[in-house]
Amino acid sequence: MRRSTLIDPAILAGEHFLNGDVACAEGAIAAGCRFFAGYPITPQSEIAERMAYRLPRIGAHFLQMEDELASMAAVLGAVWGGVKAMTATSGPGFSLMMENIGLGIMTETPCVVVNIQRGGPSTGLPTATSQGDMMQARWGTHGNHEIIAYAPSSPQEMFDLTVKAFNTAERYRLPVLIMADEIVGHMMERVLIDPDKIEVFARRKPTVPYEEYVPYKPGKDLVPEMASAGEGYRVHVTGLTHNELGYPDMTVEAQDRLINRLTQKIRKNIDKIVEFEEEGVDEAEVILVTYGINARTSWRAMELAREKGIKVGMLRLITVWPFPSKPIIKLATKVKGFVVPEINLGQMVLEVERVVAGKTVVRLVPHAGGGIHRPEDVLAVIEEVVG
Amino acid sequence: MVTGQIAKRWKTSLGWITIVDSLCKGCGFCIEFCPLNALEESQEFNQHGYHFPEMVNPEACVNCEYCQLVCPDFAIWSEIEEEHPD
Amino acid sequence: MRKIKTKPTPEIVEDVHHPLERYFRKERLPHIWCPGCGLGTAMSCLAYALEELSLGVDDVSIVSGIGCTGRLAGYMRSDSYHTTHGRAIPFATGLRIAMEMHKPDHKVIVFSGDGDLFAIGGNHFIHAARRNVDLAVICVNNFNYGMTGGQVGPTTPLGAFGTTAPYGSFENPFNLVYLAASSGAPYVARWTTLHTRRLKQAMMEAIMKPGFTFVEIISPCPVNYGRRNKMPTGLVEMRYYQSKSVIRNFADPKDAEIKPEGEIIVGTFIDEDKPDYFDIYRHFVEQMNQEK
Repeated sequence: MRRSTLIDPAILAGEHFLNGDVACAEGAIAAGCRFFAGYPITPQSEIAERMAYRLPRIGAHFLQMEDELASMAAVLGAVWGGVKAMTATSGPGFSLMMENIGLGIMTETPCVVVNIQRGGPSTGLPTATSQGDMMQARWGTHGNHEIIAYAPSSPQEMFDLTVKAFNTAERYRLPVLIMADEIVGHMMERVLIDPDKIEVFARRKPTVPYEEYVPYKPGKDLVPEMASAGEGYRVHVTGLTHNELGYPDMTVEAQDRLINRLTQKIRKNIDKIVEFEEEGVDEAEVILVTYGINARTSWRAMELAREKGIKVGMLRLITVWPFPSKPIIKLATKVKGFVVPEINLGQMVLEVERVVAGKTVVRLVPHAGGGIHRPEDVLAVIEEVVG
Repeated sequence: MVTGQIAKRWKTSLGWITIVDSLCKGCGFCIEFCPLNALEESQEFNQHGYHFPEMVNPEACVNCEYCQLVCPDFAIWSEIEEEHPD
Repeated sequence: MRKIKTKPTPEIVEDVHHPLERYFRKERLPHIWCPGCGLGTAMSCLAYALEELSLGVDDVSIVSGIGCTGRLAGYMRSDSYHTTHGRAIPFATGLRIAMEMHKPDHKVIVFSGDGDLFAIGGNHFIHAARRNVDLAVICVNNFNYGMTGGQVGPTTPLGAFGTTAPYGSFENPFNLVYLAASSGAPYVARWTTLHTRRLKQAMMEAIMKPGFTFVEIISPCPVNYGRRNKMPTGLVEMRYYQSKSVIRNFADPKDAEIKPEGEIIVGTFIDEDKPDYFDIYRHFVEQMNQEK
């Protein structure tokens, strides 16, 4: 499978009308993804199908595996084979991928995992939306760890945030999640792709020869330089607690050093990682805290509220993990309350409550899944908070 | 396997057999399955309390390398003396 | 009894090095495996095979799962990946495909145990064999879960004892040779750790042959399997292999079933030439290129 003649350009430049899933696949390719392993699952399959069509045409590889466990393992393997790789799934598959996402975190393997959320738990609503996996994204895999997850609100962001996810993954060396949902995945909208604006962060290769290379010695931002297979660095990679040489070292000291570094490499860089958008928050008396598809429905609610003279602002979370606490802390003492619409029965609202710490009202607008909020329902809660 | 072990070496017709007493865990594979019964269990112990093998019949040994292959602890191996082209 | 003759006195030598030392992460040895366990034998055969193939440590990557055998990757000097339980093969599949893109002759070897590859990892094994992915899969079968203390596994003979089968295992075990053959593997061999030279030869063949090649290594586990099944030491189990194993190359894989106290047929069972995953894939990509 030598690099075949490149039939397609890697980057789908230009203005397109794409559904979110396809835009996500194109974002990955633009970011340098050259390996996809996945398993069919609604509502994600369009990503896999797009990859199956596009990757062979750019000398890359698409692989449909026997299950999501294998998909996630194959992605990790491919990354250690020197390429950028991703997988995509939905709730049930996401659950199956947890252990190997943990392996990716522990071995600091940069890759992207996309979750097009659907109704849950269990088989739930395969073709309908939900945001019920947000806490699973944070704590799904066992053990102490940090996670980075983006929440796209549009096909354009499915493209842009997937590019960003790959760059963040390479910069901090861990699996990075895209927490989308069925609607953002299936809706079609304009997607502008300008190759000049696409920044691609290359893998941080070792800058020293083999004799001096210590595979897990903390480099810049506590992130080690990464040697892949066959490069002569003879790295041992293990899911066991390991020391800086990468050798199993199941001692309290090694666990303390490793787990704290893996945690600090995210927390120390939190301000560089966290992203959010603010709309009219300065004079607002009520703040809508939104992410993903619920930002779109809440926008309408904000307009309706403003027509009624209520001063409403919106804080849209682009990274859901790490949770953007600073903007909330800043606003907590100035507003009558926060309104948090979610297509679940309260997950990210728990983070808002934790951060607000009782300084003001925090109100969830729940939705069990299968559809989106009606703007009127969000408006009603805004009005209750304003009183 | 600390680099540069102290070991015992026996000259055989084709080369040498080397045994690192301290690495042996007394499994007995080399002694039992040496095709020419050149090895026997020593009466002494190593520091872990295992009876290591010793060469009792170096003339019989043909450096077939069976002991080297079968040893689970890499404690015994064979070396062939290179003929020096005069 | 041979007459006791004076024992030859050895020469004491300093700074000796094992001939295959360059393949071992010697700073991590001695390893954790029990006295009489066959894993060290399997590892030395692997190193010997690599040397005879003149494959250097950088020409090979070793992927292993969880369990006693899983630790083997960590003792070898090559790039080695100690993955999650059961997932060595899919990890290796991703790794091998990525290497095909820029270092196609880099060998990827999966080295794992019977529980890892055939219980939790069984689904991945049959699919990788079906795809004929270019991997050499070497399974050290010691008939139980050694690392976790001697539970029965998918290959534990009927009636054999384990910590989770105190009254004897009441399940039919897999015949790994038959399973690998029927899943499509073009090369299937089985040896015990007694048959070191032939095992090394089989590993050489498996590593060099393209496609999904499989070698089963029957190996003693005195502390957890043997001890509970009338084979208290590795030596006793090796003697059992000596008495029970029968070399029958190209025997019908179906006959390779290991019945309690029955024959252990060893040898090369399958050795066919068959286009591997990359041959087939390359053909389709070329076709795609023409169509454009």
